[in-house]
Amino acid sequence: MVELSSLLKFEDVSLSFGGITALKNVSFDVKEKSITSIIGPNGAGKTSVFNCISGIYSPDSGNIFFEDANITNMRPNKIAELGIARTFQNIELFENLSVLENILTGVHRRLDYGILSGLFYSSKAKKGELYARKEAEDIIDFLEIEEYRYSYVMSLPYGIQKRVELGRALALAPKLILLDEPAAGMNNEETEDIARFIIDINEELKISVLLVDHDMNMVTDIAHEITVLNFGEKIADGTPNEVIENSSVIEAYVGSSKK
Amino acid sequence: MTFFIQVFIEGIALGAVYSLVALGFVIIFKATDVLSFAQPALAALGAGFICYFATEAGINFWLSLLIGIFLTGAVGLLIERTVLRQMVGEPVFSVAVITIGVDILIRTFLDDWIGDEPRFLGDSFTSYGNFGSFSIGEFNFKYLEMAGLFVAFIVILLLNLFFKKSRYGLAMLATSFDQETALAQGINVGRVFGLAWFIGGLLAAIAGFVFTGGFNTLTQLSFVLALRALPAVVIGGLDSIPGAIIGSLIIGVTQSLAGYYQYSIEEYFDINLGLGFSTVAPYIIMFFILLVKPEGLFGTKEVERV
Repeated sequence: MVELSSLLKFEDVSLSFGGITALKNVSFDVKEKSITSIIGPNGAGKTSVFNCISGIYSPDSGNIFFEDANITNMRPNKIAELGIARTFQNIELFENLSVLENILTGVHRRLDYGILSGLFYSSKAKKGELYARKEAEDIIDFLEIEEYRYSYVMSLPYGIQKRVELGRALALAPKLILLDEPAAGMNNEETEDIARFIIDINEELKISVLLVDHDMNMVTDIAHEITVLNFGEKIADGTPNEVIENSSVIEAYVGSSKK
Repeated sequence: MTFFIQVFIEGIALGAVYSLVALGFVIIFKATDVLSFAQPALAALGAGFICYFATEAGINFWLSLLIGIFLTGAVGLLIERTVLRQMVGEPVFSVAVITIGVDILIRTFLDDWIGDEPRFLGDSFTSYGNFGSFSIGEFNFKYLEMAGLFVAFIVILLLNLFFKKSRYGLAMLATSFDQETALAQGINVGRVFGLAWFIGGLLAAIAGFVFTGGFNTLTQLSFVLALRALPAVVIGGLDSIPGAIIGSLIIGVTQSLAGYYQYSIEEYFDINLGLGFSTVAPYIIMFFILLVKPEGLFGTKEVERV
């Protein structure tokens, strides 16, 4: 396999809240065009990793690089503009908007018409909005949610909402997409659907994926590389096969999750 | 009947100007989830700026008008940057109370400058026609009121386009729902807040001018006029732009009709409604509408049920 360069570098990052250490000297890489996964038991610090990357938390020490930029203390909206999109563990859609509008919020960041153009709805603004609509429709097609286009997201089934959230993240045309438990609370069929979409996003749209999930089967099936966290520390990394053979992983992860 | 039509049209004109203040309330609420009680002070401040530039600084009136409106927008932006930005993530109630403080602060300085005597704004509406009014057939209209109606119409048209069609409107809606998620979508939440307050300031100043221009004059009590837009917003639903406009029109027409027909009503029912009943009447309407629809005529609950 050809050695790929890193898209995201998570370097020696520590984060604590008061006396609780959420992350302790955690390092890992996300290679370009790869699906990388972070796994670990509850409270291992997986979501903290996401919040550090997307700029909601500032790490106490360590650095995060995206392409050539140091994004460690960058504002969340700037990080999104650089090309990192995310979904949330519990769906965080704009419930007061329709599916189409949710997706448009992402496409809109890529338009460049100003406030005055917006106010007078100039031809530049009009052209921009037409482009945005087309982009949004492409995403809607891709995720097969055509029939829900004008529905308010609150009224949709859980699995569809998860897909809309994926669509909203894609609308930013990201280089890296962070998925926080995309298969949480789903049945087998829905999990398979989501897994298929994740692979399509990676292979067809050429977007790197950083994935957090509990579903070991799905993760080992689709991820190229896995990093395992426990109590805020990295305890293993490698290919799926390497990781599931690793004795400390079995002890920490599988062992503790069996009742 | 002629009389009724004239009073009705005056009510609509009054309501249109209320709607400018009401839109300020709604836009700030939509974007930031905060009901800003500083709008009335901003309206009076706008009139104060215009008055200062046109009468004391001796600048051409129309230029003063523009400067005054933009300065008030800038003050709105300044309030957001200095006071409210510190409060992001704090309970909405605390922030609303802070806006009351801002309102009092602005009015304290402004009242000191206004002084005891009413101030004319230096516009020439007083010199037009018959004491600033004109007649069409049997109807008699004030130039200033009609200008207010016209300007409100144009402004509402532009804002509607802005919110319905442009990306800024959607960004505001998204931000109002969830700031953290909006950030993750690359929306510059700070800019959205600033924009909302800037627009709020502009609208307040335009309304402030119509309230105090011509023979109306600017006094220490002028801000009360803008405060009357509050029941309009409550009637329409705090987060609905059409609601704000319709609520304002209801308030304007009610106030106008109550003012002109108070004597007839008193005589008919043989009661005494007291002085200034016309300004209380809108609150009575508000009371009954809230009894039936607590979220206002066009409030969010309606939208969510779709």
